[in-house]
This record gives sequence, structure tokens and C-alpha cells, in this order.
Amino acid sequence: MNRVLPDGLIVVAKADCPTCRLVEPLLAEIAQSDQLTVYVQDSAEYAADLSGSLYDKTLEHSYRLGIEFVPTLIRVENGKEVERTYGWHKEDWRQLSGVATLGEELPVMRPGCGSKTLEPGISEELELAFGDFKLQSREIDIAGADDPMETCYERGWSDGLPVVPPTPVRVLRMLKGTERKPEEVVGLMPPDLVPVSVEKVAINAVLAGCKPEYMPVLLAALEASLTDEFGLHGLICTTMFGSPMIMVNGPAAKAIGMNSGVNALGQGNRANATIGRALQLIIRNVGGGRPGEIDRSTMGNPGKVGFCFAEAEDSDWLPLAQERGVAPGRSAVTLFPGEGVQGIVDQKSRDPESLARSFALSLRTVDHAKLAMAGDAVLVVSPEHARVFIDAGWSKQRLREELEKLLLAPGEQLVAGAGGIAEGIPARFKDQQVPKFRPGGLLIVRAGGTAGLFSAIIAGWAASGPVGSSPVTREVNI
Amino acid sequence: MNDSILLDPTAEQAPTQRARLARPVSLEGKVVGLLDISKPRGNVFLDRIEEQLAAMGVEVKRYSKPTFTRVAPTELKQQMAAEVDLLVEGLAD
Repeated sequence: MNRVLPDGLIVVAKADCPTCRLVEPLLAEIAQSDQLTVYVQDSAEYAADLSGSLYDKTLEHSYRLGIEFVPTLIRVENGKEVERTYGWHKEDWRQLSGVATLGEELPVMRPGCGSKTLEPGISEELELAFGDFKLQSREIDIAGADDPMETCYERGWSDGLPVVPPTPVRVLRMLKGTERKPEEVVGLMPPDLVPVSVEKVAINAVLAGCKPEYMPVLLAALEASLTDEFGLHGLICTTMFGSPMIMVNGPAAKAIGMNSGVNALGQGNRANATIGRALQLIIRNVGGGRPGEIDRSTMGNPGKVGFCFAEAEDSDWLPLAQERGVAPGRSAVTLFPGEGVQGIVDQKSRDPESLARSFALSLRTVDHAKLAMAGDAVLVVSPEHARVFIDAGWSKQRLREELEKLLLAPGEQLVAGAGGIAEGIPARFKDQQVPKFRPGGLLIVRAGGTAGLFSAIIAGWAASGPVGSSPVTREVNI
Repeated sequence: MNDSILLDPTAEQAPTQRARLARPVSLEGKVVGLLDISKPRGNVFLDRIEEQLAAMGVEVKRYSKPTFTRVAPTELKQQMAAEVDLLVEGLAD
């Protein structure tokens, strides 16, 4: 900062700080020997009899001086700061002020208090008011009488639930959750294919109710959703059910308090609920993907408000992200074009063979029991079910391989018309053994509460794979 | 916190000033509601409008607020929204 400061000494103080009160009587003495400016953060009365005392009501001086503690004593020469000390340290104050006998009666040292500029909620206000930081997004000035939340509805920014009004301070605070620059473009947002900046992500994260610390996970999810493999454009527009679902692995999930346990696929956890929602609001607000317009889903699914959960990682089963190439100890998101949740209730199987057969039979219903290699699926195995496999020495990979074998079916039973059902696969598969899922089309994660012999199937988009959407994993970076 | 400024979460492809609903090109086949806010002689004005619309072959439905001193009851607003394509409201006296 190249501002010219008043030469001599500057003291920044707060009237309600005991250490500032302790040094208050010394200020007149200092003012006799040198030019003294006193900035007081909270009162016009502190050191009021000194001509150089100023109530720094807006905190602009304190902010520009980068004050972290009060009192702070600064020496300025030729308009530039040369030295500072904070709190009361007798030797430092004597040396900086040049008054050799300063504070003879006072103790050697007293710590100060925190600067008012750093109080919660104030620092971002000051940064917006006095800092170099400028937000690029259009400002919408709403009349004082309008309820900001109603305004958000009226402008079409909501998914139907209340949103948090995106004020500049809230957006700035959200941007503190990432080291990425607000103006950085993450990609082109479908369906309108408009650039989506980190700042627009932050605004929609505010709307969704995210905390700033969720930003890295949200940004990774957005990046994954914007890859060509994920095919978000088609997924937004489809008449089918699917929509981006986010599965989170690694230390980031724990750090931000995500739920991988009881009710992991349900409501009640802020990170799970708002990260998924923020991605959907970006689709809506930035991309223009609104239901009834470009979003042509016949029925939709409740996960389109937001669908995000963490894997309950277990040392015996390889986490999804590591299966997909992410190094251990790293955090990652995996995007999947998920539909709703279909439960598998099996409370009787106690050996892995029986439970695998149970899973396979239930997995047949993905899309339709007579369709194959259309939609991918995520099998969410509960801890109690996972224990059945783990105790028998079955890895996730082993379970997947067994399921693939069990899910082979004679084509003659699946072809169109078979069983008196017109739906089915093409007649050319009649004489083949047909796999249910395309290679790589069955994902397995462990999640849920520790009580319950229930697992779940989350079916994918029937246009899975290169024709439509493939699951995509991306590392989470700060 | 200053709540009167909101940052636009959209791609900013539409003007900040929200557009009014487009006016219909013609009244043919439309149902027009006439809302009397219950101020004196509002009915005289609306009766005349009804006559003119009826002469044009336009279907008209009449409504009235219980009192001009209050906003219309929700039920009345929902009824009008469900039954008519356009609404003419007689303001003041």
C-alpha cells in the first residue's frame, strides 16, 4: 500500500481494551515529544483531549493500517511505516517513542486486545468498503420494503425452497473458502453454454446455504460435471429421471462434517444437503437448465433438489475414489447421473453368496428387468451388509466380479417380446449371455447407519456410457 | 449487513428490470375479468367496460373485493387467476 501516512507516531486503540486504558495517560507525554495521531476504534472519548485523536468510526484507518491488535504503536518516517509494536511492552514503547522514562509506573508488559477490524462479520465489510477487492457480478438493488427472500423467489433463483439472499458480504465470505480467483472461469455451463466463474459458483453456494469451507468440494463437483464424459448437457435436458449425484471420498468429507452414516442419503446434514443443491442451482441460474424449459424430465426425482453424500470408508474395502485411481489420503468427488433410491431389504442372508444373489436379483430392475447395458448403477452397501462380505474375505472388487457373473442372463429372456412384454433388448442378442451392466457400469460404495440389513440401488441414466453420461471422478483441491 | 444489494447468480443474459408479461395480440377466445375494488361508482365504469367487451364477443367475469382498504383475499386472487386470462381493475373513484 503506497498511502502517505502522517509522520511521527500512530497509536491505534480501543476504549474497552484494558491495556489501551493503561497506556492512555502516557499518550499526552508522547505527544509532547513527537507528532502523535491516535485512532480510536470504538469511542470518541478515549484520549479526547489530544488534538491528534480521531474516532475511527468506519474503521477505515485501522483497516488500511492492517491492525490486528490494540494498542498498536507505529513509527512513520517520510510517510512510510518503519516500525510497529502491539500490546504494551515497556521497552518497545520507550524505544519507538524515544521517551526514555515512558510508563515508569506501569508493569513491564501487558498483552492487548483483538482489533475491532477482525471481529466476526466486520472484516469482509471492511474489505468490500476499503479493499482492492471488487466483485464482478451485476448488483441488483432491491427496494428497502422488499423481503430479500421473496425477491429471490420472484427472480426465479430458487428451486422452490427458500434461498439465502446473496449479499456482497456473504459472497465475499464464501469466496474465502477457496484460493481460486473469483474471476477464474471453471468452464462453460450447459445448457446455455455460458462461462461460469468462481464468483458465480460462490453466489449460488450462498443461495444454497453452503459454508465457505464447502467450496473446494463444490468446485471439484462442478468441474467433474463439466467434463465431456459426464455429458451434463444431455442429462439436464433428458426426459428421464437422472441428475448429477455427488459422492465424496477422503479427508475433506470428514473435515466439512459430511454424513456417510445414519440417513446418509437423506436430509439433515448441511454439507450433504447444500453442496448437492448448489450444483443444481448453478445448473438452474447460470446454465439456464430449468424444469419445464430445457429440463424436460417427465417425472424428475427428489434428488434434483440436490443429491450428495460421503462414502463410509472402511479399511477393509477400497474407497470408490481409490478404485478410480485417486491416491490414498486424497479427497475426491465422483459424479454419477443418479435417479432415486431403491432399497434392497435382505435380513436373512448371512453368507456372501446368498447376499450377492440377493443384490443381483434386485439390480436386475435397474431401468427395467428386461433391459441391459443401458443404465449404470451405484450399489450402496450398508455397513451390516458389508460386514457379511468382509468377514468372508470378499473385497469390493470380488463382490463386483461375482455380481457381474450373477447378472449374466440368457438373451432369449430379455429380447423384445419375450415373456409377453414388448419392451426388451434387440433380437440379435437372443442366443447370447447378456451382462446387465456395461463394463465399469456398476459402482459400489459403503454408506449408511450401522444398524440395518438393508442396502440401496441408485440407478443411473439409461443413456449411460459414451452415448450419454459416464461417472467422473475429480480430486478436491483447495 | 446491507441487504438491499443482491449479487446476480445468473449468467446475466436478461435485463435486471423484470419484463412485464407480454400483452395478448387479440382478445379473441380470452376471458376477461373485471375487478371492482368496492369504491363508489367503480361499478359504473366496469359496467360500461363489460358492455363494450360483450359487444366484441368477449367473455367477461365480474369480481369484487370486500373492501378497497385491504388487498384482495388470497382466495379471490386464486379464483381470478384460475378463471380469467386478463384482468381489468377499477382503481379509485
